[in-house]
Amino acid sequence: MVLECKHVWEHISGYLDGTLDAAVLEDVQKHLEHCEICSAILDSTRNILILTADERVFELPLGFSEWLHARLEAEMQGFTYRPSETTDAGDT
Amino acid sequence: MTASSENRDESQMIASILAGNTHEFHRLIQPYERSVYSMALSMLQNEADAEDAAQEAFLKAFRNLEKFRGEAKFSTWLISITLNEARSRLRQKKTAKTDSLDELNEGGHMSPALLRDWREIPSAALERQEVRLLLQDAITDLPHIYREVFVLRDMEDLSVNQSAEALGISVAATKVRLHRARLMLQKKLAPQLKQVMPKKRWLPWF
Repeated sequence: MVLECKHVWEHISGYLDGTLDAAVLEDVQKHLEHCEICSAILDSTRNILILTADERVFELPLGFSEWLHARLEAEMQGFTYRPSETTDAGDT
Repeated sequence: MTASSENRDESQMIASILAGNTHEFHRLIQPYERSVYSMALSMLQNEADAEDAAQEAFLKAFRNLEKFRGEAKFSTWLISITLNEARSRLRQKKTAKTDSLDELNEGGHMSPALLRDWREIPSAALERQEVRLLLQDAITDLPHIYREVFVLRDMEDLSVNQSAEALGISVAATKVRLHRARLMLQKKLAPQLKQVMPKKRWLPWF
């Protein structure tokens, strides 16, 4: 089946995730072979997903880690988990 | 999540923490600090709120570690706690900022930014703050329902099924929202990124 561009756009996400049905995948691939616009849309989307997944996009604020571990340390003082065998003991 | 977490025996660490070695929790969460914070920030759009929510999520994970069931990965469990923490803060704030009509019109067609060619932008471009800011803004500007699914699936690397479960929506709805989120980002970012990347960057310096 010959797909129009706007129908190919509906499958971009599925194409990138590799979840398209074999028949749809073949139609999309055929279209991509001769359509430079859809190819560029696909390439740019793939590229953008790689960039946004990079952990450098959102940097931890200075001191975040120190403050977090200090709060956890305070929380741990005197903290005990209730032993799983005796779930009714240990109520305070 | 980060690769550095993969070669550790987390279930053993968790058992040890529950048995009383609570200090090991510091080491358990260390690989996830950045992704929990990223998630909180992309959801809450404000650094102070994100920092607070991320820290609270870690504290809740510590207090409730007994409730962690080994069926899921620890990272997935932690992400669910963070998602809930961020969602409850969003509800409390009730920011009157209503999402655009795009959010209501889930069935409509999405059109991407039309380009004739795409020159690959290498990850090294993220060293530039202006590039990072473009990406941050584009993610945090996504309507809420699209932002959630995008963050879980494409930033935190959950599967579609795990994302659907964390969000409490169907797998089909997850796929539709994810698709729209990705195209929205392409539409906004492709022209912006094209503009900030120098065209002659492949030429050697003389």
